[in-house]
Amino acid sequence: MASKLTQSNKAGWLMAFPGIALIAAFIIVPFFLAFAFSLTNQRLASPNPTEYVGFDNYRDLLGLAIFTLEPERGENGQVLRDDEGAIEYPRLRTFTRNNPDYPQLDGKREWFSWQSGENRTVVLASDVVFMRAVVNTFFFVIFVAPVQAGIALGLALLINQKLRGINVFRTIYFMPVVVSIVVVSLLWKFIYSPGDGLLNNILGWLSFGLFEPRDWLGSTSTALPSIIAMSIWQGVGFHMVIWLAGLQTISPTLYEAAEIEGSNKWQTFRYVTWPGLRNTAVLILIVITMQAFALYAQINVMTRGGPLDSTQVFVFQAVVRGYERQDISGGSAISVILFLIVLAISLIQRYLTREKN
Amino acid sequence: MADVLLKGIKKSYGSVDVIKGVDIEIKDGEFVVFVGPSGCGKSTLLRMIAGLEDITGGRLEIGGTVVNEIPASQRGIAMVFQSYAIFPHMTVRENVAFGLTISGASKAEKDQKVAEAARILQMEHLLDRRPSQLSGGQRQRVAIGRAIVRQPEVFLFDEPLSNLDAALRLDMRIEIGKLHKSLNATMVYVTHDQVEAMTLADKIVVLKDGYVQQVGSPMELYHRPENLFVAGFIGAPSMNFLDVDLVSKEGDTARIRSDLVSEFAAPAWRADVPASGRATLGIRPQDLHPVESGGVLHGNVTLSERLGTETVIDIALKDGTRILASLAEDRIFTPGEEIALDFDHAHAHLFAPATAEEQAAAQSAA
Repeated sequence: MASKLTQSNKAGWLMAFPGIALIAAFIIVPFFLAFAFSLTNQRLASPNPTEYVGFDNYRDLLGLAIFTLEPERGENGQVLRDDEGAIEYPRLRTFTRNNPDYPQLDGKREWFSWQSGENRTVVLASDVVFMRAVVNTFFFVIFVAPVQAGIALGLALLINQKLRGINVFRTIYFMPVVVSIVVVSLLWKFIYSPGDGLLNNILGWLSFGLFEPRDWLGSTSTALPSIIAMSIWQGVGFHMVIWLAGLQTISPTLYEAAEIEGSNKWQTFRYVTWPGLRNTAVLILIVITMQAFALYAQINVMTRGGPLDSTQVFVFQAVVRGYERQDISGGSAISVILFLIVLAISLIQRYLTREKN
Repeated sequence: MADVLLKGIKKSYGSVDVIKGVDIEIKDGEFVVFVGPSGCGKSTLLRMIAGLEDITGGRLEIGGTVVNEIPASQRGIAMVFQSYAIFPHMTVRENVAFGLTISGASKAEKDQKVAEAARILQMEHLLDRRPSQLSGGQRQRVAIGRAIVRQPEVFLFDEPLSNLDAALRLDMRIEIGKLHKSLNATMVYVTHDQVEAMTLADKIVVLKDGYVQQVGSPMELYHRPENLFVAGFIGAPSMNFLDVDLVSKEGDTARIRSDLVSEFAAPAWRADVPASGRATLGIRPQDLHPVESGGVLHGNVTLSERLGTETVIDIALKDGTRILASLAEDRIFTPGEEIALDFDHAHAHLFAPATAEEQAAAQSAA
C-alpha cells in the first residue's frame, strides 16, 4: 500500500520534525552550547556583553601548583620553632597574594601539604572546592561501581532460581528503583538523622546500648560513605534486573553439561555463568560509572556539599556555579570536563573488556 | 562398560504422569535407540538415566549399581545434547578437556586425552578454534569429543543430529555408528527419526505416551510389529490400514474379507486378534504391487510420485478410502487409471479392531 503520503519525502520530514526539534532543543544544542559557553565569560543574567576568554575557565578550575616552603631561619641559620616546638614557616599568602616573584601562585590556595624533612611541600589549587569535588566524585565512583555491580550480581543469582514466591523477592529488590531519588534521599535523611535517627537506634539496640549515636551526615568522615551506602541501596535493583536478563540468555543445557562433568557451584559460575555474562558486565560497569559521575540529587537533598565540602561532587558544583552563582561559563566548563572524563573512562573500559580473540 | 537396567521407572511432574512404568534392559556394548512421537517421554527417560531429572518411581541400575540417588557426574555416563552444549567462550581444546579441568587433571594428561579424542574424531585441526568458527557438524563432533574424554560406561545421545542439515546428518550418523564399533561402549540414543533408529540400533525401544510399545531389533519391529502403533510408526511411507471382517480363524491363520478386500488367508499370530467379528488389516506400501487380473485390492490411481528409484502411488478404493503403494521401479501411471493390487499374503498384518482415529494417529506419528 504505497499511498502518496508514504512516498512523499516532505511528509516524512514533517512527521519527524517534532521529535527532531525536541531532541535538538534539549540535547544537541545544549551539548554544543556548553562547549561554547565554557570558552566565554557568559553569566546567567548580565548587562555586560559576552566575551571570548579562551581557556580561562578551565585554568581557574584546574590550575595546580606545587610549592616547597622552607622554614624560617634565625640569624645563624638555625630553624626557628614556636612555643610548642613546631617549625615556623613563612605565611603562604605572602607568596600567593600580589607577589611578582611567584606569578604561577597568584590567587591559588592551599589544597593539601606534606612534610619532607624540614621543608613543607604544599599543593596549591586555583579552585580548592572543585578539586575536592573531583576527588569525592572519583571516590564515589570507585567505590560504587564494583560494590553495586557485585551486590546486584549476587541478588540476580539469588532470584534466578525456580522457587515458590521468587517474584516477591524480585519485586522487593526492585522497589527502591521505582521510588524517586528525591523521596529516597529524604527518607534516608531521617534514617541518618543524628541522635534519635533510625540507624542510630538500630545500632544502639543491636549493641545493647554501647553504640554512641552519630551525626552521620554532619561529620566529614561519615557523610560521603553514608551517601554511598544509600546510593548503592537505591540503584542495586536496576542493575540486578540487567544481570538477570544476562543470566537468562545462558542456555540451560550448558549448566546440564557442566553438571554431568561434575562441576561444583563455584566452577559452574567460573566456567559457565561468568563468561556468559561478559557483555552484560561491560554494559553494567559503563552504566554504573556514568550514573555515579552524575551524582547530584542525593547531595542536593541531603548535604548540599557539606560538611566542610566533604560531599562536594561534579554535577552539584556545576549546578551551584551555573545557577546559584549565575556563572554559566564556569558551570559549562565543569560539564565539559565531566563529559571528557566519562568519555575517557568508557573508552578505557571498552578497551579493557574487549573480546580477545 | 556396563549394563543399564530400568525397572518400573516412573516420572511425574506434579499430578502429570510423563513416564508411566518403563522396563528396559540394555546390555553391555549395545546400541539402543529410543524412538517415538514428540511428547512420548523418550527425552525425559534419557535425562533420567543421565541424572538430570529425578526419578519418581522404580529402579535404575548402571553396571549393577542402583543409581537413583547418585548425582549425574558419578554415574559413569556422558551426554551429547541436541544443542551441542559446548561452551562458546572456550576453544575446542578447552571444551574437550573441560571435565579434566574441573577434576584438576595435569596438563600432560589433558593433552594426551584430548589428542586421543581428536584423533578418533579426526578433528586435530580444529583444536584451537572457537565454537563460533565451527559448522554445526563440527560442533557436534566437539561435543562427542568431550564425551569420549570422560571415558564413560554409557554414552547418552539426545537427538544429536536434529540440528544438522540432511547431508551432514547422514555423515554424522555413519560417524556415530563407527564410533560405537570402535569404542564398543553402551550407547543410548534418542531420536524421532526412524531412519536413524533403523540404521544405528541394535535394539529399538518404541515409546508412546510414557509406555514402552515394543522392544526389539529394527527388523523385528519392521516385520513383526506387536501393535498397530509400532506398525504405523516404523516404515516410510506408513503402513496402510483397512477394516476387515473375520470369516474364520484357525490357529495363527485367519480368512478375512471386506467390501474393499477380496477374501484371503492372513497370518493372525497377535494374541489380541479376535476369533470372529472385525479386525484391522495392515499392509506395507512396499508389499503392494499391481497385477493384470485378480488381486486383493481394486481402485483408481489419484496421484503418482516418481522418485527415480521408486514410484509412490496414491490409490482411492471403491468407497474413497486412500491407500499408498510404493513400487521399487520407475513406472508411469495416469491419474484415474484403474488398478488392481496384490501382495504376498504372508506379509499381511492383522490387528485387533482399531478406530479410524487410532489408525490415523499411528500413521501420522512416524
